[in-house]
Formats: sequence, C-alpha cells, structure tokens
Amino acid sequence: MSQKGRDKKGRPGVSRRDFLKTSAAGTVVGGIAVGPRSREAQAAVDVPIAGPGQVPISLRIDARDYPVEVEPRVTLLDAMRNQLDKTSAKRVCDRATCGACTVLMDGQLVYACSVLAIEAQGRPIETVESVGTPEELHPFQAALVENDGSQCGFCTPGFVLACKTLLDEHPQPSREQVRAGLGGNLCRCGTYAGIRGALEDMAGGKS
Amino acid sequence: MADEYNWPEREKRDLIGRRISRLDGPVKVTGRAKYSYDVNREGMLHARFVTCPYAHAKVVSVDVEPARRMPGVKAIRVIQDVGSEIKWALDEVAVVAAESEDIAKDAVKAIRFEYEVLDHFVTEEDRDSAPDARAADAQVEGNPDEMMAASEVKVEGLYRMAPISHCCLEPHGQVCEWDAEGKMTAWCSTQSVSILPNQFSQALKIPAADVRVLTPYMGGGFGSKFGIDRWGVECGELARETGRPVKLMLERDSEMTVAGDRPSAFAKIKVGCQKDGSIQAWESESWGSGGPAGTGSTPIPYVFQIPDRRHQHTSIPTNIASSRAWRAPNHPQACFLTMSALEDTAAALDMDPLQFLRKNLHLTGRQAGTYEQELSVAAKLMDWEEKWRPRSQAEGDPVRRGLGLAIHRWGGRGHASQCDVSVHPDGLVEARIGTQDLGTGTRTIMAIVLADTFGLKLEDVRIELGDSRFPQSGPSGGSTTVGGVGSSTRMAAQDALKEVFNRVAPDLGVEASDLETWQGRIRSQTDPSKSLSWKDAAAKIGVTPIVVRGVNPRGGPLTNSSVGGVQMADVSVDIETGLVKVNKMVAVQDCGLILDLKTAETQVYGALIMGIAYALTEEKVTDPVTGRMLNADMEFYKLPGLLDIGDLEVHMMTGPGYDERGVIGLGEPPVISPGAALANAVANATGVRVPYLPLTPERVINALEKGGVV
Repeated sequence: MSQKGRDKKGRPGVSRRDFLKTSAAGTVVGGIAVGPRSREAQAAVDVPIAGPGQVPISLRIDARDYPVEVEPRVTLLDAMRNQLDKTSAKRVCDRATCGACTVLMDGQLVYACSVLAIEAQGRPIETVESVGTPEELHPFQAALVENDGSQCGFCTPGFVLACKTLLDEHPQPSREQVRAGLGGNLCRCGTYAGIRGALEDMAGGKS
Repeated sequence: MADEYNWPEREKRDLIGRRISRLDGPVKVTGRAKYSYDVNREGMLHARFVTCPYAHAKVVSVDVEPARRMPGVKAIRVIQDVGSEIKWALDEVAVVAAESEDIAKDAVKAIRFEYEVLDHFVTEEDRDSAPDARAADAQVEGNPDEMMAASEVKVEGLYRMAPISHCCLEPHGQVCEWDAEGKMTAWCSTQSVSILPNQFSQALKIPAADVRVLTPYMGGGFGSKFGIDRWGVECGELARETGRPVKLMLERDSEMTVAGDRPSAFAKIKVGCQKDGSIQAWESESWGSGGPAGTGSTPIPYVFQIPDRRHQHTSIPTNIASSRAWRAPNHPQACFLTMSALEDTAAALDMDPLQFLRKNLHLTGRQAGTYEQELSVAAKLMDWEEKWRPRSQAEGDPVRRGLGLAIHRWGGRGHASQCDVSVHPDGLVEARIGTQDLGTGTRTIMAIVLADTFGLKLEDVRIELGDSRFPQSGPSGGSTTVGGVGSSTRMAAQDALKEVFNRVAPDLGVEASDLETWQGRIRSQTDPSKSLSWKDAAAKIGVTPIVVRGVNPRGGPLTNSSVGGVQMADVSVDIETGLVKVNKMVAVQDCGLILDLKTAETQVYGALIMGIAYALTEEKVTDPVTGRMLNADMEFYKLPGLLDIGDLEVHMMTGPGYDERGVIGLGEPPVISPGAALANAVANATGVRVPYLPLTPERVINALEKGGVV
C-alpha cells in the first residue's frame, strides 16, 4: 500500500478496493495516466493527460507555493529533494516500507516516495520543517531531544511526523494505537527506547 | 604544553558524566540537518550505476552508444570492460551522469552488457561442497585431547549464524564538485573524513591537499563506510569530466547487497567439563565467508581462555560482495558460538548458566573482577535468581518463557587525533577537528570536555567537525573515537587554558599556577577574591585568538582499553508458531570514564536493538540458483519496529574503579552479546537449542521438531 494515511475510523487512506476500482475504470489516482494504451482508454472518459515530458505544476509545501516542472513519473519525494531543495524527507527504501520519507498530504501521513508529484497538486504538503524550528521546538520534538531519540537522525524527520500525528489523534495512545501509528517507520541505529520515552512523556507517563 | 594531561577530579566535573542531551538533537528533530545525500549544488548532475545481474560472469560485449545519444546524458564511463571477471551480483560495470535521476535511469536501461555466465558458489554453510575451501592449520594450546578424554561430561553442538547487511539508512555515496583551479570538494557519507583526501588523491591523481571532504551529518555507517570505494572514484571522475557537480548515492538494492555484509559463521564445538562445572577442554572447527576472499576466524573460545584447546578455521570464498567491518568485527559471531556451547554445557550439567559462568570466570583473565560485578548487577536487574528455571520445565502452555545471558569484551582505546582549540577575545571557545559525528554524540562529548575544562556552559563553546581541512583525526571505527577526540580536545583545552592563565595572571597579581576556573570565572585558589569573569579574562588575551593544537598519539594518557559487559535476556517462545518475543533485556556495561551518560546509554540501547534485529529477524538471503540477494530491500530484510523490542534496561558501571581508567569507546561492546543472550534464552525457554541466528519461526519450529520438546 502506497499510502498510510488513515481516516477518522482508523482505516487506511486508500483501500485496496478503492485502488482496484479506480484502476478498473481506466483512471489512475489523481486522474493522470501515461503511455499510449491508457491514453486511449482515458480519451473516452475525458481525463486530462500529462506527460510523458516535463509538466509544469505547482506544489504547496509548508505553506509556500513552489512552481516546478516534473515528468509525471517523478515522485513527490524526488521533486522535493532534487528540485526544490526540501530535503528533510529522506529517500531510504524508496518503496513505502521504512517511513523515512513521511510527510503529511491533506493532513494525512503519506510516504512521499510513493506519491507522484503530479498527484500532490492542490493538496497541501507538510514536512517536518513546518513542525518546529531548532530554536522553537514543538513539545514532542523537545521531548525527543530530552529522551535522546535520535542517533544518526536519518529516520528522525519521519518519526517526528508520525509521532506528532499519533499524539494529535490520540494524546494518550494505547499500545495498539502506537503499533498502528508507528508501524510504518523503521530506525537502524536503534533509537526506539528514546522515541518511546518521548511518547510516554507526552502522554503523561501513560503510553 | 601542560605538564600533565588529566581528567578533572570528580568534584570538578560539572558536566562530564552527567546526562546531557546531544547538541545536534534540535537540528535533527526539525529536519534541518543536511546530510551528504541532501546536498544539492548548482547545475548538479545525478549519476547511476549499471550493475551486473550475475554472481559470476565475464563481460563479453558492451554497447553504450544508444545511451550516449540520449538527451540529458552527460557522461558514461565503462568501469569493467570486455574481458573483466565479475565476482558478485550487482557489481558495478558502468556509470552514467545525467541531468536528472530519471534520465540516468533511462540511460542505464539503454546500456547493453553481455556476459558469459560462469559457475558461482554462494552457499558457504555447506563447507564440503565449497570449490575453494581454504583450511588453516589448527591452533592448539595445552593438551586438548588428553583433557577432553579425561572430562566427565562432553557436550557437542553445531552453531550457525547468517550474514547480515549493514543497511545504513543513508546509503553509501557522495557529491563531488571541482572548482576552476582543479580542486575537488566531496560531501561524503563517511566514517573517516581525515583519511579520504589521500584516497581520492591516489585514485584521481591529484594532490591530497586539493581535496576537501565534508561530512557535517552522517546517516549511519556501522563499520561499512571507511573508504571512498568505487562510487567515490567514479563520482570524482564524472564530475571532472563534465565540469559539473555530480551526486552518486547507491540505490537500496546495491546498498543492501554490495555495501553491507557481516560475514557468516559456522562452528562445530565440543566442550569438556567436570561435573562440578569446571571447564576442562575445548575443540572447535569453524568456517564462514565474507565474499571472494573468504573470511578470517572468529576469536573462539570467546572471553574464556580455556588452557587446553584446539581450534581450526576454514575460509570459504563465495560469489558475494566483500564483507565490511560490522560493529565489533567477529565478536558477535564469536560470542554467539561460544556462549551457546557453554550454555548447552551448563544445561547438560543441570547447572544455572550464571553459576556456570561464575565458576569459570578465572578463565577470563584480568577482567574477571569486572565481570563478577557486572553479573551481580545484571542478575539483580533481571531478577535472575527468582526467575531462572532449568530448561523445559514449563508444561502445558504453548508459550514458554526463558532466560539467557552472555558476556563480552572489547578494547576501545582512543585513536590518534588532533584538535585545535581557539579562545577568542570575545570569550567564545571553539574546537575544530577532522572527525565525524555518526550519531554517536561526538559533537556533544567534545563540547562537554571543552566547557568543563574552561568552567563554562555548553552554549559558550562551539564544535566544528566533519571537514578534512581541520586537524586530522582517526576514522570512527573500533570504538576509538571518543577516546581519541576526547583526549585531543582535553589536551588542547588544558594547554589553551594555561595560556589564558599566563596572560591574566599579572593583572590579578598572582602566579598563573595559582589560577583555576570556577563557574564562569577565573580566580586565585589561594585568594578567591582575586577573580575575573571569563569574558573579562578573554578580553585580555589581545586582538587575536589563542589557538592551541592538542595532539593525542594513538592511545595517550587520557584513554584506556579493555572493557567487559554482561547482557541478559528474557523471552517468550510460542512453540506452536515458533515466534520469539523479547520480554526484557538487561545490559550492564563499563567503558571507563563516561563523558556523557545520556548518549552513552543511548549507544547501549541502540546496540541492544540492533542485537535483537540480528538475533531474531535480519538476514541476507542469497539465492543459490541465481546467486543474488533475495531480500535487498527493506520489506523482506526485516528490522524490528518500535514495539518489537520488549523492555530494555541499561546500567553503566561508573565511579571508583571505572572513572580513573580514562575514556574508553562504547560503539562496539554492547552489540556483541545480544545474539548469544537471546539464543540462550530461547534454548532455556523451549528446552532445545535453536542453533541458527536469526532465530526465525521456521528455525525454531525445525529445532523443536528435531529436539522433541515435551
């Protein structure tokens, strides 16, 4: 599954069924398709076609608009990192496993490595850069520093967004809520003890 | 020079040994830390490798022309041309630099390499079928045959450990950029900033002085990032050829397959023992592989120097990428092999393994006293005496609980390191050093040393590192960094402070030797009323800063070597599914004088978690048929998540007996024992030895079937 956003009932943002439905109708999420076969299929349902060359789009990231030209195949992650110098989301597994590229899109957590940049048009993106600054940390970021929840730090931006979203939804998360909320983020250095400590501090010691 | 370099006495340590949050925490948690992978330069090209899909092959033809004609392709270099022998899958054969990653990707697809596929061998576990096994002579001490024959109890086992990948989250790679004068800057994800200019110099045939290496932040290395590697050479060449900056970072499959490998280890072990638990004799045959060069032996028997022993090792060359140092090279393997055999021996004797290890602690040499203390602390934290049961006493419930333990050792003496400390006339104290902070807290411990030496606060000092133009410091490997940079920083700081004392002493009307720092002031020890604020003192040093270089030789007076360490594990094993769950792990670790207790503990927590990973889930799986790694990604190369690790408890040994030893490194020791401790806990829980790390459900079930637990 490319997205790990969850709706209010805690279901994933894009279900397998939704995906199959949209695919079967000859459209791809976001209404964009590439290649001659799908072009033909799309003509009948009057869906705009982009590409295969560079397409001018605009991305709204951390409350700022960025005009950018991308090929339709370029991911949101690569557009941010390579073209906009927005590098807090990291490219690690590049296939929606590790969570290092986590950002918020329309207020929901997504893996930016598995969202096309053109899909992200008109959908506000928030990276960890909008959460706090080194001088003025968000309370969870402060708790993470206090609990020493980062070592090399490469997974940290993703964890911060996932943890903050979890705490926004569940200020005192249960074990199952932690499992669901953070199951999509991996750390290699082994900072889980610090991250758990920060979550516990935020939850007032009731994680 | 200061007459004598030393660490401050306990009562003079305001910061050293306390829990200090890492200084780069705020930039990391806000995403502001810029890693090599994050460097974007004006006009930068993106490079990608063409890799060979075969584990063993010869290049028979190469065609790069169609790719060369593609718009946006700026340079193509053939690395291994016709006739080259490829010895492992995903070895790099060509590289492309293009205007974008996607163009580079397309060009890679358009490049045609044809190969003659050759026979490969990737299954070193099967020693007898290895085409090129290299058996070393047996190493014999004492009279193992006689002592084994005379032993009342003999226990034999075959123990196995799969290879793992380093799996750095920031992959290997760099950005290279040449300037108009022919000098190169490289932003490298490396563990050895000071070493790389010379390597670039040799590979690119330019003076080392014309190479600058920068590593402000670094996304994981674990021993795999010491050299410039082929990607460094190719990136530098591409940047030179195109006259543009070039970024070349490995893709995830290459990162997992070729840039990370901890060698496998297999051993048949026989332990001879008396019924009272005293170990009499040891015999072992080991083998393993770390790629085409095979691999050296692990140091077994580990920690326990059994006087009468025989060990023979066979190195098995394979068609997998060459191994790289992985935290505590060879020690996790040696620890697992040895501690498993010893736990099996204890079980055969019906003895508590804690008592069994204690009975034989004299075989550990001068660390015996440390181990005894650490075993006591660990046993208390684990509640061992209360909770430990002999093997397979559980009845009925399919979920069986067990305890295990292991002990380890490491050196950790500081490396050669130089550091410049400047005292500026405005009072700022600054250190510059050609070291790197891998996330271990190097910046933070340096700031602690500086601030404590000058009696200042952390915000009054600044640390600049990760630049090869700064005074050279050793690579971060073998737990040598904290001892090395801690020493050079302290030395420079002590000398700089002495110079400040010399300059202000006349104004205060005292001898320089009478001065001391005290809470942001400099004062006379004999007449504390004679004092100056630090700012006023600094203003008196003149218009140029005092700059002093601290030079720590390898070793040096402020660092030491040899640590112990004890770990215990409490697991639950579901004997129906084979699933192992960690309930709790306890780590008790010494490392001499601790500079920052918080980051030291974090290092041990992290090591436990990496240990849980290699004990239970992570494994490089290579397909015997294709010779390729099957799980060169992060969904099938399994790392544990936040809730898969159980409760972890870390206790650092500090105070008398430890602090006066000086600073000793900590990166390696705590990662050695987890595999052994967890495997022993699983044996204790299930009543059978699961002899193969990682302890996957399949292996647990297989062992249960063979061992016939009730």
